[in-house]
Amino acid sequence: MAVYDRRYRAYEGPLTPVSTRWRVLPRHAWTGVFKSRLFVGFFTLCFAWPIAAAVWIYLHYNLAALANVGLDNVQLAAVEAPFFAAFMGVQCFALGGVMTLLVGPGLVSPDLANGGLPLYLSRPLTRTGYTLGKLFTLAALISLITWIPGLILFLLQAWLAGWEWFVSHLWLGVAIVGGAIIWIVTISLLALATSALAKRKVIGQTFLLGVIIFGTVAGQAVNEMFGTRLGFLFNLPALMQSVWAALYRIDMPTMMSAPVALATLLAICGLSIGVLSRKLRAFEVVK
Amino acid sequence: MTSPGTIELDGLGVRFGGRPILQGLTASLTGRAIGLLGPNGAGKTTLLNTLLGFHRPAEGRALLHGDDVTQGDPRLRGKVGYMPESDAFIAGMTAVRFVRMMGEVSGLPPEAALERAHESLQYVGLGEARYRTLEGFSLGMKQLAKLAQAIVHAPRILFLDEPTNGLDPPARARMIRLVREIRDSGRAQIVLSSHLLRDVEECCDEVLVLKDGRIAFYGNLEEERRANRKFIHIEMKGDEHAFAAAAEGLGCTCALVGSGRVKLVLPEAVAVRDLYRIAAEGRYQIRRLDYKRDSLQDIFLKAMEEPRGRL
Repeated sequence: MAVYDRRYRAYEGPLTPVSTRWRVLPRHAWTGVFKSRLFVGFFTLCFAWPIAAAVWIYLHYNLAALANVGLDNVQLAAVEAPFFAAFMGVQCFALGGVMTLLVGPGLVSPDLANGGLPLYLSRPLTRTGYTLGKLFTLAALISLITWIPGLILFLLQAWLAGWEWFVSHLWLGVAIVGGAIIWIVTISLLALATSALAKRKVIGQTFLLGVIIFGTVAGQAVNEMFGTRLGFLFNLPALMQSVWAALYRIDMPTMMSAPVALATLLAICGLSIGVLSRKLRAFEVVK
Repeated sequence: MTSPGTIELDGLGVRFGGRPILQGLTASLTGRAIGLLGPNGAGKTTLLNTLLGFHRPAEGRALLHGDDVTQGDPRLRGKVGYMPESDAFIAGMTAVRFVRMMGEVSGLPPEAALERAHESLQYVGLGEARYRTLEGFSLGMKQLAKLAQAIVHAPRILFLDEPTNGLDPPARARMIRLVREIRDSGRAQIVLSSHLLRDVEECCDEVLVLKDGRIAFYGNLEEERRANRKFIHIEMKGDEHAFAAAAEGLGCTCALVGSGRVKLVLPEAVAVRDLYRIAAEGRYQIRRLDYKRDSLQDIFLKAMEEPRGRL
């Protein structure tokens, strides 16, 4: 219909499958996110460290290239589990954390503040679909700077080191992907939950930062006051460190066993889902 | 034109925290446009939310064109358009992207959603403003954007919650015209909730009045209007007793209210011209003759006066 023909008319074309409707949310959210120059700059910066790591791996197997530029007798550290753990630590905790702070709190709070939820939920989109769409928006962005470059580096190392190394280090590939996914799911759900509680992006960012920092400080205080190690249960970085130490099979100072840390992370995820389930409603009952 | 479907309420009841909000609503709503009326807190928005599947009924059920709303059937939700009462938009989006996204969530492929988003915004009169972000819209423009997102996927049932809220007279007239056009297209059944009787009177052919969570009245407005045309108020000069007697001779029911004023109820067989005839024969002067007006207001007030409403 031409735009000048102003009539109310029916739509008789094809419809997309209901199971794919949640994908509309991340697609439109990414369009909004990448409009920010600050975010684009940060996102580009996130690939500096993976490129540096790739160059490191390449040089490790091509020391002659260093000799060509006059750097003889250079010893590069082995590309093993500690190398990948250090790489993923920077990508997940530092860069992934900043990305979560930039994107996460703005995902749900504007919809709650501007009454957007009834518009979504009156359509063929469930609350689960809505949450999945929002979760995927953030999780996909963090994945692009964490386990995806990590896996590419792992495959690069395997290509240069040979088939035997690849077979004997498959567990490392699982650790890279699995460790990052545990972090991404936890931090993304936490970000969505704080966003749903805050109703304003800036407050959500402060709240999320507060949960992480306050949890760490409060945990330390509990440990000091009561002489226990239970305070580490509130310390998100310490929990992740314990899980990663087990996954990467490296000696790291850990505060608790990996199963306890994993169970605590699951509890944090469960709590976040509970908050989302309570807050993400098409209507608000005023008591 | 296809005949509209039916919205069936079958003993519908909704409770919040044990407190009944809607009780025993039973009706078959068949009109092209159904007005939901009632004082604040009567349960209009709760009924709309229940029909949209936001609230789970505590008792009974509601069927939209044969589909139970409690089943959460995506096919049914795809047939529904909703314009909420309060502010409702997605922050940081232009109008066209907002409406396009809502179309896509309703199931339109991206290209079709974009095309229909442009059409819908043109249709509601936001064509020139469609590349502006929604935050910069005036209240009236936001109302029109909400209507555009509600109709982008061409729903079969359109729920409008207080569509003229906060609109100035020209914007209100525009909104009413759009709602009437959609109604007259026959492609969507409209449920319009409002506390403004005039909105309902201008747009709807059926009305459902709620009072304290119950149906106080449900009926066809046109039939009510036709019935009310038989209520006549006359101001006359001359012997009103004699005129009343002559009118009663025709079968009218008369009441004298003094100062030459007579109220009459005409039976089906008697026309207004018969009153002029007996006035001419008896040499009485009819100086003013009014049909009873504000039929919806009367319906509403009667429904509010009666303890259990009027069914």
